[in-house]
Amino acid sequence: MAKKAAYMGMFTALAFVFSYLEFLIPINLGIPGVKLGLANLVTIVALYTMGIKEACMLALARIVLNSFTFGNPAAMLYSLAGGFLSLLAMAVAQKIKLFSVTGVSVLGGVFHNLGQILAAALVVENAKLLYYFPVLVLSGTLAGTVIGILAAMVIKRLDKQMHD
Amino acid sequence: MKKNDVILIVVLLAAALAVFGGISLFSAKSGKDPEAVVYLDGEKQGSYPLNQDASVKIQSASGGYNILEIRAGTADITEASCPDKICVNHRPVKNPGESLVCLPNKLVVEIENGGEAEVDGSVR
Repeated sequence: MAKKAAYMGMFTALAFVFSYLEFLIPINLGIPGVKLGLANLVTIVALYTMGIKEACMLALARIVLNSFTFGNPAAMLYSLAGGFLSLLAMAVAQKIKLFSVTGVSVLGGVFHNLGQILAAALVVENAKLLYYFPVLVLSGTLAGTVIGILAAMVIKRLDKQMHD
Repeated sequence: MKKNDVILIVVLLAAALAVFGGISLFSAKSGKDPEAVVYLDGEKQGSYPLNQDASVKIQSASGGYNILEIRAGTADITEASCPDKICVNHRPVKNPGESLVCLPNKLVVEIENGGEAEVDGSVR
């Protein structure tokens, strides 16, 4: 129990720092939403080493912390939409056992972008924003692949340590 | 990485590229007299032809503002009151279907094809 609390605290801090890192060094390709999503690395590792409930709590803690520190209420709304749709997709993908960590991460990246663009389209009441969805599927897939490969490496090493 | 992962990645990339290519082809064909149409909270506020340089300050209901500049056939938001500046960092848009969005001010600037049927079209 104490061990789990320690891991949760460490993961929260790590996710927070990763988000801060991306905030400090933004990759601006001219289209909002195109990013690596380093913090998702923590969510995936938590999903595999601890479970859906813990991953959910971590994602919520990170998004709330980040929004109050670097963002604003509007940013929080679409971070939440992206974060939770992504987590849901990853949890389902993990359950059906069709994909490894990389595939799960790719789906997480794509659904994160879908959640954000849907939230944005709802806020401004303009469905035509979905015009950008193909670009965001592309970026979500590429970012998800990179994060997924990293996550697989971390999970392989961490899982043994956490459960012995 | 499993074989299924590779299939998933390839399918997603191919689908995204195909849709993107389709949209580009389609909008290139129908692109005549494009104009920047301004929407606030889903309501159309006005439209500005891209072939006419302009600078417009758009006041939103919440008290914020965005400055829309039209120059050399492209539309760009150069200044905004919002904290995240996502709209300002967005690259200038010119192709029909592209849009600039400012969530805090609920503003959408969308490039549309102007035509005679457009009631809000500019008259000279």
